[in-house]
Amino acid sequence: MQSLGIRVLFNVKNIRRLLEGLMVTARIAFISILIGSLLGVVLGVIWTAKRKWIRSICRIYLEMFRIIPIFVWLFVMYFGGTTALNVDLSGETVSIIVFTLWGTAEMGDIVRGALKSLPQHQVESGKAIGLGFWELYRYILIPQAVRRMLPGAINLATRMIKTTSLVVLIGVIDVIKVGQQIIEYSRIEIPTASFWVYGFVFILYFAVCYPLSKLSRMLENKWNR
Amino acid sequence: MKLNWQFILDSLPLYRDAAWITLKLGFWGILFSLAIGLICSIAQYFRVKLLRSIVQVYIELSRNTPLLIQLFFLYFGLTKLGIALSENTCAIIGLSFLGGSYMAEAFRSGLEAVSRSQIESGLSIGLSRAQLVRYVILPQAFSVGIPSIGANCIFLLKETSIVGAIAVVDLMNVTKDLIGMYYQTFEALFMLVAVYLIMILPLSIFLTWLERKARYAEFGNQGSV
Amino acid sequence: MEQIGVLIVNRKTNEVLLEVEGLHKKYDGITVLEDINLSINKGEVVVILGPSGCGKSTLLRCLNGLEKIQGGDIRFHGKSIVSKDVNWQEIRQRIGMVFQNYELFPHMTVIENIILGPVKVQKRNKSEVLEQARQLLDRVGLLDRQNSYPRQLSGGQKQRIAIVRALCMNPEIMLFDEVTASLDPEMVREVLDVILGLAKQGITMLIVTHEMSFARAVADRIVFIDEAKICEITDSHEFFTKPKTERAQHFLNIFQY
Repeated sequence: MQSLGIRVLFNVKNIRRLLEGLMVTARIAFISILIGSLLGVVLGVIWTAKRKWIRSICRIYLEMFRIIPIFVWLFVMYFGGTTALNVDLSGETVSIIVFTLWGTAEMGDIVRGALKSLPQHQVESGKAIGLGFWELYRYILIPQAVRRMLPGAINLATRMIKTTSLVVLIGVIDVIKVGQQIIEYSRIEIPTASFWVYGFVFILYFAVCYPLSKLSRMLENKWNR
Repeated sequence: MKLNWQFILDSLPLYRDAAWITLKLGFWGILFSLAIGLICSIAQYFRVKLLRSIVQVYIELSRNTPLLIQLFFLYFGLTKLGIALSENTCAIIGLSFLGGSYMAEAFRSGLEAVSRSQIESGLSIGLSRAQLVRYVILPQAFSVGIPSIGANCIFLLKETSIVGAIAVVDLMNVTKDLIGMYYQTFEALFMLVAVYLIMILPLSIFLTWLERKARYAEFGNQGSV
Repeated sequence: MEQIGVLIVNRKTNEVLLEVEGLHKKYDGITVLEDINLSINKGEVVVILGPSGCGKSTLLRCLNGLEKIQGGDIRFHGKSIVSKDVNWQEIRQRIGMVFQNYELFPHMTVIENIILGPVKVQKRNKSEVLEQARQLLDRVGLLDRQNSYPRQLSGGQKQRIAIVRALCMNPEIMLFDEVTASLDPEMVREVLDVILGLAKQGITMLIVTHEMSFARAVADRIVFIDEAKICEITDSHEFFTKPKTERAQHFLNIFQY
């Protein structure tokens, strides 16, 4: 019976639907990683400010995501946001908003760490040749910081991709939801479908995340030694 | 926006019970994660032949797939193969499967921080291999690993927010029910965030303190005198 | 001086404790020790001298089983200790070693560092070990630091503790591997004084050092190693006044202004 169960995956229609679901997941991940990284760089630069209250605000913003689980934020935004704003936010929109906010916070921390790890004399010699604030960051600091932050940033992307699995729980028709639907309607015909479908989704996520974490580790070994 | 405090008061026992379940699952999850992580890191550190390769595969699988899929696979997938597990057991197995690899990495970085000469120093007073591990290597590895181990504990406690997806009556499910039944959206969400804050914020503050203390107490200015 | 001389004569015996015969040691194909022959009698103090990188420390590490050797034999009480089934754990209890960088365990207090071996390895009675440990600490002037952590101590203090830690195992011979090389100059003396004191008590020692006047004061014999080989083994007094080999002469000249 188990050997027959796998035929649930040899059904072209099923595979096509699963891949469509995967596209939804990928879209959410892609948009939030992209916007989150960009905003994160801005946040990271702001974070290096001298004024303490600016740094405190950044810190509290990050800690909000470090302490409260992302799933709780999805919930708050999905139920609370919709009610409070009186607009009907789709699960996908909510997911993108929450993941972007989270990505910004974590990316900001990575950028801040990378900037702070640069020797102070880089800043001083930049200023010495008359660079303004933005030129200093644009030409001197950020290019140097990129190396230091890239492994962490890729790691963050992996984490965000893994966390996209949660969107199914606020009603997004993602790869997992499609999987559940397939399991549901093939329940009688193929009782072991859930084993194969969840196994398949498991491997899908692995296939995306494994190369990324390998890459991150490779860069880390190459640049940090 | 005015909160219905009476409703919040009435819902307290529900949240208390759910928080208790979360903490219980988190506790066992963390405990098993520590055990798995310890075994894995020792297998890697001492290059135990076959075990080491198995550990490598396990760590990659665990780190590069989302907990939600791991849980679905355990709870729905394996049941179909005749391995029926209760939702609480599933949650603990899932958390341990996930956390074990994170703890293994934390321990490994700690183990690698123990210098060769410390080990030789232990050998020179006649310590056996087991004694060397017990009295010299592990205590030092543990101190170095404390920040990551602590971060992992928080991470795992946060990840318990997902176990509601496999029918554990946790905080998320209680919240969802309250919103569904009474439309007290803000009150329910307020309680949800509050409970997570109460559970994790003190832990987070404690670990920051512990990290600072561990750094200064054990290895601060070592060798610089 | 005379009195010490009498003591030194008295403590020497003819009983061979440690013997090295034809020892070869290679690192990645490069010979670091070649055809080393040496024997140390019970109660004797032997100092190994030689330029940096000549293999002195490696020789010491071989004697404590921290390095594998590629040829030759090492005998302790006449029994070979190079074969595979040698129980190094047992032998290391009888051959104490002190390292250049102290290598105290940073997570243990001074007293815990000292009693770890005697209590856990030798399974001796804890209160008896504590008493011995405190006596030894008192002798090196550090009894008041018994509950300190290594990080709270100066380098010289740490090294004295490391010596006590090795001594408390009641070893039959002590190996000292450049124990003052990491110390600030003003702390060298306090450590060397401790070792000199041990020599007077008749403890067998094999010492690698760069402190010439100390070597002269403490040693019965000098082993001079250069380029992986033993050039000469000479009586201490004779070595410093009229060394047999040109290399040793040259080496000694470097240390003279």
